[in-house]
Amino acid sequence: MIILFYIAGAIAVISTAAVIVQTNIVHALLYLILSLLAVAVVFYVLGAPFAAALEAIVYAGAILVLFLFVIMMLNLGQHTRDQERSWLNARMFVAPAIMSALLLGQFLNVMSQIDQDMAIARVGVMEVSALLFGPYVLAVELASILLLAGLVSAYHLAKK
Amino acid sequence: METIPVEHGLILAGILFCLGLIGVLTRRNIVFVLMSLEVMLNASGLAFIVAATRWGHAEGQVMFLMILTLAAAEVAVGLGLIIQMFRRYQTVDISALSEMKG
Repeated sequence: MIILFYIAGAIAVISTAAVIVQTNIVHALLYLILSLLAVAVVFYVLGAPFAAALEAIVYAGAILVLFLFVIMMLNLGQHTRDQERSWLNARMFVAPAIMSALLLGQFLNVMSQIDQDMAIARVGVMEVSALLFGPYVLAVELASILLLAGLVSAYHLAKK
Repeated sequence: METIPVEHGLILAGILFCLGLIGVLTRRNIVFVLMSLEVMLNASGLAFIVAATRWGHAEGQVMFLMILTLAAAEVAVGLGLIIQMFRRYQTVDISALSEMKG
């Protein structure tokens, strides 16, 4: 079971690296869906089955499918693909990669000083639901208001 | 009881976050920038779930649900803005958005 954490983590890292070097938008979205499903497996191994189901159903299954629909609707065409291929060369990645590597190096430096283990205990839907209906009920209401605001603004922005 | 070192989970979240950051800084197509932002949000959600497993609480999953809601609303509004931009400028190049006045 623990080896599955490392395998799914490696798949997530490799497919995320593939997302940022793609020239075709649809290919990049499919690699991103693969990355999200690998992270859902990581959530399940860490004992969070509710979060794993949410990640697979909502994030990979609704949000990225919405992305795909809008990309298909925009119908960007071949000249966008050629444009993308001309924009993407290895020289563009140098400075962001150096800065990100510095950030990641600092992060790894701090992480190497931690030496704790986490015990994989399954925190199921019952515990999360008890919290959502109990102490965090206002957070759920605020989340629904946020989604309403997103709905109204998306309707207005996409109208002709 | 099986155990995983907590720093391995956080390192995974950090690597995914930095890859998303590279994508935001490098790409010139606005759709790729939005996708890399999604990668960064997902990495921060992973960090919350790792924290939830470390302490054995369920609050981490509640916070992940809130992050997911935030990502959904952001993608909806962001895609609406991309549609508007495409209608106005007929391109997805972020350099087209260099003026303040439309």
